[in-house]
Amino acid sequence: MHPLLQLTGVAKTFTMHLQDGIRLPVVAGVEFAVAAGECVTLAGPSGAGKSSVLKMIFGNYRCDAGEILVRHDGERVDVARADPRLILELRRTTIGYVSQFLRAVPRVAAIDVVAEPLVAAGVGRDAARARAGELLARLNVPQRLWPLPPATFSGGEQQRINIARGFLPDLPILLLDEPTASLDAPNRAIVMDLIKEKKARGTAIASIVHDDDVRARTVDRVIDITRFSASVPIPKFAQPCGTL
Amino acid sequence: MSDADAPLLVAEGLTKYYGRQLGCRDVSFSLYEGEVLAVVGESGSGKTTLLQLLSTQLAPSAGRVRYRLRDGVTRDLESLSEAERRFLFRTDWGYVHQDAALGLRMNVSAGANVGERLMAVGWRHYGRIRGTAAQWLDRVEIEPDRIDDPPLVYSGGMRQRLQIARNLVTQPRLVFMDEPTGGLDVSVQARLLDLLRGLVTELGLAAVVVTHDLAVARLLSHRIMVMKGGEVIETGLTDQVLDDPREPYSQLLVSSILPA
Repeated sequence: MHPLLQLTGVAKTFTMHLQDGIRLPVVAGVEFAVAAGECVTLAGPSGAGKSSVLKMIFGNYRCDAGEILVRHDGERVDVARADPRLILELRRTTIGYVSQFLRAVPRVAAIDVVAEPLVAAGVGRDAARARAGELLARLNVPQRLWPLPPATFSGGEQQRINIARGFLPDLPILLLDEPTASLDAPNRAIVMDLIKEKKARGTAIASIVHDDDVRARTVDRVIDITRFSASVPIPKFAQPCGTL
Repeated sequence: MSDADAPLLVAEGLTKYYGRQLGCRDVSFSLYEGEVLAVVGESGSGKTTLLQLLSTQLAPSAGRVRYRLRDGVTRDLESLSEAERRFLFRTDWGYVHQDAALGLRMNVSAGANVGERLMAVGWRHYGRIRGTAAQWLDRVEIEPDRIDDPPLVYSGGMRQRLQIARNLVTQPRLVFMDEPTGGLDVSVQARLLDLLRGLVTELGLAAVVVTHDLAVARLLSHRIMVMKGGEVIETGLTDQVLDDPREPYSQLLVSSILPA
């Protein structure tokens, strides 16, 4: 049985054309796999490329080299080579992502922000709202906030909206970028429960988690991302000759 | 190939010269049902020329546009007769202009502006036309007691919403939009964008949206095409191009946004 998610030789370099074309290598040769029901976490200091790797898996950043294979509809699909339509389909049915920050859409009610992924996947609006409400209640988001657009919510409230939106659909692969960063202890405990429930249902999770407690209680395996660091200066002899 | 797998519109090598002046060169892409494509770039980059070529308002110097009609047959738009083209424009297509005065009849009532499109496709029953027009005004958040006012006395934001109602009342499958939020106040823009976003998703519309506003592109579109000097220089998934732009000009565009 193939893992649900498998990265091989994945590399990312940013070229900053506005800064004299300076090249910022982030990672190279990234290799890891995540099986169904497993939660791995990417570890390393800030700037090591943890978020960039998650963003490449989600198709938000382009992948310069290597393969990002996901099981989608019974087949293995390479996100690194998927066209936009396929990536959008993957996001509807296969890969979920909880980022650190909510990108608020003006005038859309919190409950609809949460329900939207279900609606996009074909669930009726009322049923989707009902399930969104259950999850928001579980995450202690007061019901009076549900009909309001989350733009003016506090950081912790926005993060819980974001978590609800990411956890509501049952997708086989879930990417979590510091999902508990701005939560208090009770809410952190709820998110840990949600993660465990996802694992029990066979979701493959790749995460970035700094909180030791959350790590100890949800993570099965740590992947040291500094092993794949590409930010080592290129030795002189390895540079192409014939240019100045 | 099932309908959902076949593109709705295919542009192949679209090129337009105005005399020796380049409008746009060698633009190719496919647009599928329910897909929103944003065309971004600065003034003079060829965005509006492209929109006019796609919607047959301009004839290309080279290249062609193929469109899958409602009967499932894909035709080269140049091969359509003038009558067929007009019919497309009245039924299956919408065109939202930046300047509402180009898309509306400013001196006739809002209700008639919407109803006119229905009459053009054969509706005759006055009560039903007025009823449907009223429903659409409600959907675009225009108060029912404004139905008899001409858009001349409407605000800019209301005119744009009326234009949208007029375009969507015939349930088109494809809508062209040229800077739909251009020239509006920021708060008015947000409302219009949210409305458009809701309608596009709900109705499963395909759209080509020309804008120089990257926030509009991010909110409305699935895919983005960056144009510069008449050529497409970068294309891809909207959030990918905006969050990880590859070309120097795309990076300049993205980095030129002032933080709020």
